Amino acid sequence: MRYLPLTDTDREDMLARIGVADIDALFSDVPADKLLKTPVDLPRGRGEAEVERILAKMAGRNRSASSMPFFVGAGAYKHHVPATVDHLIQRSEFLTSYTPYQPEIAQGTLQYLFEFQTQVAALTGMEVANASMYDGSTGTGEAVLMAHRVTRRRKAVLSGGLHPHYAAVVQTLSEMASDEVVTLPADIRASEDILAAIDDETSCVVVQSPDVFGNLRDLRPIAEKAHAHGALLIAVFTEVMSLGAVTSPGEMGADIVVGEGQSIGNALNFGGPYVGLFAAKAKYVRQMPGRLCGETVDADGRRGFVLTLSTREQHIRRDKATSNICTNSGLCCLAFTIHMTLLGQAGLALVAETNHANAVKLAEGLAGVKGVELLNETFFNEFTLKLSRPAAAVVEAMAEKGVLAGVPVSRLLPGQGLDDLLIVANTEVNTDEDRAAFVAALAEVL
Amino acid sequence: MAETRYTKDHEYIRIEGDTGIVGITDYAQGQLGDVVFVELPSIGKSVTKGGEAAVVESVKAASEVYAPVSGEVVEVNSELEGAPGTVNEDPAGKGWFVKLKLKDPAELEGLMSEGEYQNYVKTL
Amino acid sequence: MLNRQGRPTQAGEGAQEAHATFTGNRALQQIEPLIFEIGRYETTGVDIDKPGPFKSRLGKLARKDGIGLPGLSEPEAMRHYVRLSQKNYGIDTGLFPLGSCTMKHNARLNEKMARLPGFSDVHPLQPVSTVPGALELMQELARYLMVLTGMPAVSLSPKAGAHGELCGMMAIKAAIAAKGEGETRRTVLVPESAHGTNPATAALIGFVVKPVPAREDGTVAVEDVKALLGPDVAAIMLTNPNTCGIFEPQIVEIAAAMHEAGAYFYCDGANYNAIVGKAKPGDLGVDAMHINLHKTFSTPHGGGGPGSGPVVLSERLAPFAPVPFIHLEDGAPRLVENVADAPEGNAPFGRITAFHGQMGMYVRALTYMLSHGADGMKQASEDAVLNANYIRAGLQDLMSLPFPDHPSMHEALFDDEWLKGTGVTTLDFAKAMIDEGYHPMTVYFPLVVHGAMLVEPTESESKASLDLFIATLRDLAMATKGNDKSRFTGAPHHAPLRRLDETRAARQPVLKWVKPEPIAEAAE
Repeated sequence: MRYLPLTDTDREDMLARIGVADIDALFSDVPADKLLKTPVDLPRGRGEAEVERILAKMAGRNRSASSMPFFVGAGAYKHHVPATVDHLIQRSEFLTSYTPYQPEIAQGTLQYLFEFQTQVAALTGMEVANASMYDGSTGTGEAVLMAHRVTRRRKAVLSGGLHPHYAAVVQTLSEMASDEVVTLPADIRASEDILAAIDDETSCVVVQSPDVFGNLRDLRPIAEKAHAHGALLIAVFTEVMSLGAVTSPGEMGADIVVGEGQSIGNALNFGGPYVGLFAAKAKYVRQMPGRLCGETVDADGRRGFVLTLSTREQHIRRDKATSNICTNSGLCCLAFTIHMTLLGQAGLALVAETNHANAVKLAEGLAGVKGVELLNETFFNEFTLKLSRPAAAVVEAMAEKGVLAGVPVSRLLPGQGLDDLLIVANTEVNTDEDRAAFVAALAEVL
Repeated sequence: MAETRYTKDHEYIRIEGDTGIVGITDYAQGQLGDVVFVELPSIGKSVTKGGEAAVVESVKAASEVYAPVSGEVVEVNSELEGAPGTVNEDPAGKGWFVKLKLKDPAELEGLMSEGEYQNYVKTL
Repeated sequence: MLNRQGRPTQAGEGAQEAHATFTGNRALQQIEPLIFEIGRYETTGVDIDKPGPFKSRLGKLARKDGIGLPGLSEPEAMRHYVRLSQKNYGIDTGLFPLGSCTMKHNARLNEKMARLPGFSDVHPLQPVSTVPGALELMQELARYLMVLTGMPAVSLSPKAGAHGELCGMMAIKAAIAAKGEGETRRTVLVPESAHGTNPATAALIGFVVKPVPAREDGTVAVEDVKALLGPDVAAIMLTNPNTCGIFEPQIVEIAAAMHEAGAYFYCDGANYNAIVGKAKPGDLGVDAMHINLHKTFSTPHGGGGPGSGPVVLSERLAPFAPVPFIHLEDGAPRLVENVADAPEGNAPFGRITAFHGQMGMYVRALTYMLSHGADGMKQASEDAVLNANYIRAGLQDLMSLPFPDHPSMHEALFDDEWLKGTGVTTLDFAKAMIDEGYHPMTVYFPLVVHGAMLVEPTESESKASLDLFIATLRDLAMATKGNDKSRFTGAPHHAPLRRLDETRAARQPVLKWVKPEPIAEAAE
């Protein structure tokens, strides 16, 4: 086996040195009747070429985003990632290192985490950010738990514009922890009265902007009402690229900001791995989940970085930890940091503007199509269409015509009478030809 | 002269009239290492003997500080928030944690005297 | 004529002492500032045309101010991150014996396969009809995991090991609630030697944690578990092989005792690498076990992630697995994404993450499994165990073993008894290893052993590599008895940085870069 350096001679010599007759003598604590005598019922090992063949065949059965005009979003987005990013994250010293338990030989990881935290704090307009969560959805669950710790209350109010998967994650976690959740009905036009749902028992209000239907939401009045009742505002985003074009949640009064960072640096990957961004006001830092990297000096007074405030974490606090999280999203947050460094604020603003311009162009192109209604007043790079036919069937029919059109709302919210709604995303990778193909295919199908 | 009593968990309580000043002993701060954060209770909180009164954190550990006796928190040493190292430098003096209004002075009887505590530490 | 031109080819006779450099750099070791100190606000390393005029639909929420993040051109960014990478120790650098973390070789074939556009460039919500290969891959991974563990079901979606624990414990909580015992069964037993994630997970979803004492020999005894059992006990969370590197000899009896008491057995599978192809958790009575794909199945550790933590489930827990999962209908796979769409007989407890889990990690793990095959995976476990015991045999006369009565599995645990009186601590010893070119082992874990040193070499090391490692540690161990302790107490001397002041980092946390104040204002 090409990954195993020991030879049979080595193995014999080593067993002799240990002083046992055979390898199974080292497995003597395994009950004899449970020790497998033969390999399990799976194929034998294979060479590289054969493994490649098998997997390439599976991969070949999928239609990739780059292979056709592509408008699918709703929480994960197709953006262009510079080649530099993927090269750098595959450097051995990044790829094969681990949690920086020994900071003297992990400054590479620690310094990029510090850069990452700084970037996330700046983007979200917050004072502190952690070294990442698994993804936006699990980060949202953690944000709600954090708000409960801060406020010592146990009721979360979820906006109807929150991504349904994110809402489900919060609901599942809350049900298991016996916490209360009030979920407002699906709010397609951003018209819900979330202020009315906030009272003195509310721990936090969770609002996504742009919301899952693409609407931008003004968080300021929500922050004001929440704070008046001693509650926190948790601002969520699934499209981090939007922060290059819209007012940051921090500026609008959010107490905790959490979201998905996939769009910067990371591929679609059929849903993961992604990178959760998590930021908060500095006064809540000790209630934050996840790793934090901080600046310090070494014995010679040189600047260096270490993991810090670890007493919040599971390996020290055990059952009193702020979270059970251990790993973060390491390489994905490195990819984010490198891409963000290449962009800079100038590049990010430009890419964001292009996303928005492209979406506006598509919206305008749809104006003349019969049976299509744009529901959004505002949007960034994604909006919701009301169609004259069920959206799921439209998407299937358009896929046959070579266009991946978007996400039917019924896939996220089945059985709610929202079958005619389609969420359409448009990023900088979409061309005028792509948009023309979308409009033509939709017109034909409807 | 103020009398000081000790617990097996290395808290001390210095009695001044009907209040007691609670902190951790020099031995305890030595074991903990550099204190980096102290979490104090809110004023007015009632604590019971053996219950959690504060949390003290070093770089690598978080430890609960238990109330030596029951009482009400009447004052906390908020200086520690900005200067947690005071717990290491002067645990018996400026590094105190909370002032308790004693509920039942009889509870002090079960605690160790200075001499008894020093002998106890020697056995550890 | 002799040509006396050209460069000298012998070492010079200059001073022996290194002098300080003008830059502070030391040849290949370069000091690298933060991007915020070298970048410029107007710079971008990405070329994109400015869009033509259009009518904004951002309404009143258009961003008005700059974000405050500088950019770098591509060559600058490349150099910045390459220099940072050179300050890191990885598996590809040298032996990385970090116990409980299974730092095995990360094959690049795994990376190549994960980057096939059919896997990396597909969206989780594009029509299922356009991704049959993705579902096939998930099913194949699930099949491999089920066959290896002897368990009938697996939930793939957990994002990491701790998330897998959460998933498994939620399934247990749901199963208990379904039996109407949700109010009474609230205690979870966790041995003192457990990973911190175990008690943290149990507490997170409202269980009360009760510790199980460890025996003198580093194992958990069935009598100790039985003594704690009652109608209040929901489950035990037990790591096997345990965190002391020992296979729990009474695991079958413990599982039986749990089941008899109406409770469940959660197995922490962090150390599964020792027994893949050697024993099936399903045969041992396990109800749920997470598998760290980044440990056992070689998906890269990546400086701390991303992980992936599929959970195998017993027949009793399978119906409660969260969405999404793949359900076979007449042989055809159906992706069940919503609780309401669950087929008859299933009662999913909910959803633990958006979308379908860590697809990128599934591809890498399956690539590993296909490469090894049944025979190779068994061999890998045997080699991992052999290597750990070989190290143990090579060091046990100099370093102390807290639990000499059991063979080690894939990791060997030492304590600091042998360092008593030397003035050298476990931490000093670890830091001295850095100077010798090794990543230290896991130190001060498990907590049940004083000054613990947990050495896990994995199957990826050659005999020559192990021999040099043993010789190095023997040399260090002898040196602890000598007079000059600076090799330890001042270590590391040769790393990019010396020991860092963690107290300062924690007392005055600086968690992001802040633009320095202009001098005039700061001087006020």
